Amino acid sequence: MPSSEMQSDDPGGFVMAPVDPDVTPVPSDTTTRSRFSELDAKGSALKSLRIALFYLALLALWQLLYSLHVWSPYLLPSPSDVWHSFVDYVDNGLIQKAIRASLQRLLIGYAISIAVGLIIGMACGTNKYVDETLGSLVLGLQSLPSITWLPLAILWFGLNQNAIIFVTFMGSVGAIAISARAGVQAIPPLYRRAAATMGANRYQSVRYVLLPAMVPSMAQGLKLGWSFAWRSLMAAELIFVTTGLGHLLNLGRDLNNMSLVLAIMFVIVAIGLAVDRIFFARVEAWVQERWGLQTA
Amino acid sequence: MTSETYEQRARIASNANFKAPAEKVPSSGELMALRGVSRHFQTRRHNTLAVDNISLSVNEGEFVCIVGPSGCGKSTLLNIVAGLDHPTGGQAVFDGRRIEKPGRERIVVFQEPALYPWLNVRANVELGLKIASIRRSERKTLADRYISLVNLRRFEKAYVHELSGGMKQRAQLARALAVEPRMLLMDEPFAALDAQTRDVLQQEFQEITTRLRTTVIFVTHNVREAVILADRVVVMTPAPGRLKTEIAIPLPRPRGPDSHAVVDLAARVRAELQHDIYAAQAAEDSYAI
Repeated sequence: MPSSEMQSDDPGGFVMAPVDPDVTPVPSDTTTRSRFSELDAKGSALKSLRIALFYLALLALWQLLYSLHVWSPYLLPSPSDVWHSFVDYVDNGLIQKAIRASLQRLLIGYAISIAVGLIIGMACGTNKYVDETLGSLVLGLQSLPSITWLPLAILWFGLNQNAIIFVTFMGSVGAIAISARAGVQAIPPLYRRAAATMGANRYQSVRYVLLPAMVPSMAQGLKLGWSFAWRSLMAAELIFVTTGLGHLLNLGRDLNNMSLVLAIMFVIVAIGLAVDRIFFARVEAWVQERWGLQTA
Repeated sequence: MTSETYEQRARIASNANFKAPAEKVPSSGELMALRGVSRHFQTRRHNTLAVDNISLSVNEGEFVCIVGPSGCGKSTLLNIVAGLDHPTGGQAVFDGRRIEKPGRERIVVFQEPALYPWLNVRANVELGLKIASIRRSERKTLADRYISLVNLRRFEKAYVHELSGGMKQRAQLARALAVEPRMLLMDEPFAALDAQTRDVLQQEFQEITTRLRTTVIFVTHNVREAVILADRVVVMTPAPGRLKTEIAIPLPRPRGPDSHAVVDLAARVRAELQHDIYAAQAAEDSYAI
């Protein structure tokens, strides 16, 4: 018997055979998992403590600078001044109204840019000619701050919030298109071949294979697009006066009310962080779980 | 001892509570035929002839293994039958009709597990059925049947990254079988597995195809695998791939990997193959066109 014939023989074949080496049970017991999560909980509690201490120190420094009168109070209000303006503007309802107006514009602009960005990105990712032409345009426009569209947008859409929505859209559509393009191109050719051999038509391979396969890279792109949209919106609202958080900032400047300005800045940070940590963190965790280690 | 080993393995395979689909009686009719098929690959610098004038006929219910050294165009040939590639000369015919595009009656099982990571095993198996527009209830029945057949029942909820290499190939096989294709095209499906897993899967696969009487074209470079599985082994020459010889394997099933008959026939196939490989090395450059 040639020696190469022996390679796959296991010497203890009889002993080994009944145990299918292929079917090893996946550890499904919860004990290991819960122990890990206990450790995790302890670790994250410590982490939160460190973070809290850092911000308390920052607050203390701010209060100290204020108390030392390094700058006059109208240049640097105290933390409690800021808190009071915040409470005042919550009480008179202006902050809530502004948040509602801003988020509404944001969601409309963001939703349109997801739809348009996906279509542009997928077209660029699948068609060489579209990529060379439209793709290069999208890349070029990425270096243009979207707020520069505002003058034109006001001419095109008039003095209404559509102009702001347009600026928001222009801010995020590029990032979404670029990540959709990358997502399509990163799909292993094997996925399409497997779909083809199962007899999938064009619509089916987009619906069942292309779109789901793009999700990991889209999760990144959507997050990026969101933060671009948020920034563009604030810039547009600051310049183009109408209800909104940007408008409240402007109002604070007009009234020389720096504590209002700072309070609104905190609100803007809080909303940005909340969406990032609550919504996108969940999306990322879900992608991680479903797609395994495939996400970069 | 080896035969006992095999029988135990076969028992594992047959444990699946499998209900055979409507028994199809293998007619001796020709299901697929290649008639003088050639495939050129043209790049800017090279004009490569991958397969050259191949004629091959596969009957309904037949299991044909194609063996050949790497780069002999085995996979190209399989892709042509699958409709994923097209011949530049000759024609490929399936069930009397020219093969033009891929279709689920000729389904491919790839060497790499072509499973979708966002779907669990069951959803992967059902996807092929969904594409075939099969009703939900029937999808479920078919998926149940074939997931059991490949012994993946315990892992039907697992995602791809939770599976071992062998389990991935089982899942891919289940997905391919579930659409009940008229022909399975297998492109070195066990090549990336470790030797033990490979042995087990070979035996289970032998059991499954014997029971289902599936028509199979199975590409491999593992000679013994070919002899264990096939009714007929087709030996190809190194590039450009030509048909060298066909060896019938009239051994009774189930065939254990170490039975003397299998080993003897494997030696014969190997001799055919090696003769060519040495000849190819001697005259390697003259093959490049």
